Amino acid sequence: MDVGYFLKLLLSGLTRGSIYALIALGYTMVYGIIKLINFAHGELYMIGAFTGLIVASIMNYAGMDPILTLVVAAIVAVIFASAYGVTIEKIAYRPLRKSQRLSALISAIGVSMFLQNFVLLFQTSDFLSFPNLIPEFKFLKPVENYLSSAQVLIYICTALFLIGFTILVKYTKTGKAMRATSQDSKMAMLLGIDINKVISVTFLVGSAAAAMGGVLISSQMGQINFYIGFIVGIKAFVAAVLGGIGSIAGAVLGSFILGLVESFGTGYISSDYEDLFAFLFLIIILTFKPAGLLGKNIRQKV
Amino acid sequence: MKLKGFLVALVAILLLAGCSKSDDSNAPILIGVAGAHSGDLAPYGLPTVNAVELVVEEWNKNGGVLGREIKIIVEDDGCKPELASNVASKLVGEKVIGVIGHICSGATKAAMGIYRDSKIIAISPSATNPDLTAGNYPNFFRTIAPDDAQAAVEVELIKKLGLKKVAILHDKGDYGKGFATFVKDMIEADGSVEIKLFEGITVGAVDYSAILNKVSGSDVDAIVFGGYHPEASKLVAQIKKMKLDIPFLSDDGVKDNTFIKVAGEYAEGVYATGPIDTSSSAAAQKALQMHKDKYGEEAGTFFLNAFAATESLLKAIEKAKSTDYDAIRNALIDIKVETTLGNIGFDTTGNPEGVGFAGFQVVNGVYIEVK
Repeated sequence: MDVGYFLKLLLSGLTRGSIYALIALGYTMVYGIIKLINFAHGELYMIGAFTGLIVASIMNYAGMDPILTLVVAAIVAVIFASAYGVTIEKIAYRPLRKSQRLSALISAIGVSMFLQNFVLLFQTSDFLSFPNLIPEFKFLKPVENYLSSAQVLIYICTALFLIGFTILVKYTKTGKAMRATSQDSKMAMLLGIDINKVISVTFLVGSAAAAMGGVLISSQMGQINFYIGFIVGIKAFVAAVLGGIGSIAGAVLGSFILGLVESFGTGYISSDYEDLFAFLFLIIILTFKPAGLLGKNIRQKV
Repeated sequence: MKLKGFLVALVAILLLAGCSKSDDSNAPILIGVAGAHSGDLAPYGLPTVNAVELVVEEWNKNGGVLGREIKIIVEDDGCKPELASNVASKLVGEKVIGVIGHICSGATKAAMGIYRDSKIIAISPSATNPDLTAGNYPNFFRTIAPDDAQAAVEVELIKKLGLKKVAILHDKGDYGKGFATFVKDMIEADGSVEIKLFEGITVGAVDYSAILNKVSGSDVDAIVFGGYHPEASKLVAQIKKMKLDIPFLSDDGVKDNTFIKVAGEYAEGVYATGPIDTSSSAAAQKALQMHKDKYGEEAGTFFLNAFAATESLLKAIEKAKSTDYDAIRNALIDIKVETTLGNIGFDTTGNPEGVGFAGFQVVNGVYIEVK
């Protein structure tokens, strides 16, 4: 077996997995707290990418340093998409929180379509060229056959976000409030936790991760349009379900498994069946572990 | 007395017969125009109606064809095969001499058998399906190159560039996979180039490094891609970033300025096949201007093809000096006509000669024909 080839496929699988993970995190956190599948989440990835493009174009035009451009574009995209995320929750989900879960789900699908069409009408339906913001790192020269600087940057950002989220959820007061809200929101409210604030924070961090993913991958792929969020959103959703929706570690595990299955499937069998492998794997896992790999199977109280 | 009466009757009959005969040859020549004129695909069909109207108007001004006026009968098939066969039967009933249409390949196939059995010539400006010229329909002609013609040009380009081992990728769609399959079949039939890889990629994926690693691992000289520009620009960007320094060849879906705009610097050096552009020729410019004058807007899709189809049909009738099916068919195959698509003729299968595709390469941000 060709070790170099195996390694390359492994690294591409990890790249895909990292991107899925950045987006799956948002799905899983929102689901964990308010049991809502936020179908508009992929759109936040797209909005992050568009914001990043606008900022990057202005800064490129002004002749700024590329690394500075990348940092500023990413930060602005994160802030913008987070604002969108929080606003969407306030407008489209909060009024429906006490109604049936299906209503909120339909509302989420509505928001997704609204945002796609909003960008379509106010920006463009064309594919836009996204500038390559990721510089070539000199220290990667010896391994450039295996690793590109974009890949390295994607790994680093995903790792930072994961560590940040884990710290946030496990070791901060807000995190404790999140966990409490997730377990029993009524009880949490009785104990003086402002659950509206907790939910807003959840949407904020989830959207931030999606926007980061949007900027990084658009810079790597070199193009965006209004529809990019949909497919990525679906894949990340699959990853979150695979790992056990509601669980952060599960979302990450699911994303990496999905990325690796796709990559090795392409490399050793055929890329014709890339999606087939991904979904086949999902079905097999769900057959044996209906709650996903790390999901808890909680019996519903009647 | 009896003989005289007989002679009078005979003369009368002869006169009447003569009259009716001269009546017949003064009747207008009918030409059917069939295609999608309503629904989603109307933008593909309506420009053809305008084109036929313009050509016929011009000819009628100069005395028609064979000294007879030309009239057109427009019928809408909505691009649906079941409607197309109704339309065909109706046009047969109207006794048309020829048909310009149909527009969609499926509808054209459904109608063509009916025309063939009634010995009516049909020239389509837009139906590209290769089956139509595979021998079943001797009455079928077209002024657009069939789908596999583009693949043939691509294979020529591959050989011209001296490539020996290629990876063929496609986007799994009808167009992209169809093109890739034609290229593959032709390369296999030819035998001088080796296909190392033939695979579909997922449209909209976030990363293509896995498949590109596979390509680089299979030691090829070039990548041939069947599909559209969004995937192509992602692929070329990743190819360059992975330092995979091999040519990228693609199809008409990529021979588009949007591709150059989106892929930017990565588009440089990419090869693509596309239709030979004749819209700047004098004949085409004149036709486009006529359209603008009469309809007040720019001409739509297949307008020039339809213009050329109508010109060819009328010239063939003129050359045949009759409206007889075989005479017109032979004339169509014989003559070369100066049209909006350049100087074109037809081969015996009904495919156009002189209409078609060429190879292009991106040089300094614009597509330039590869000589």
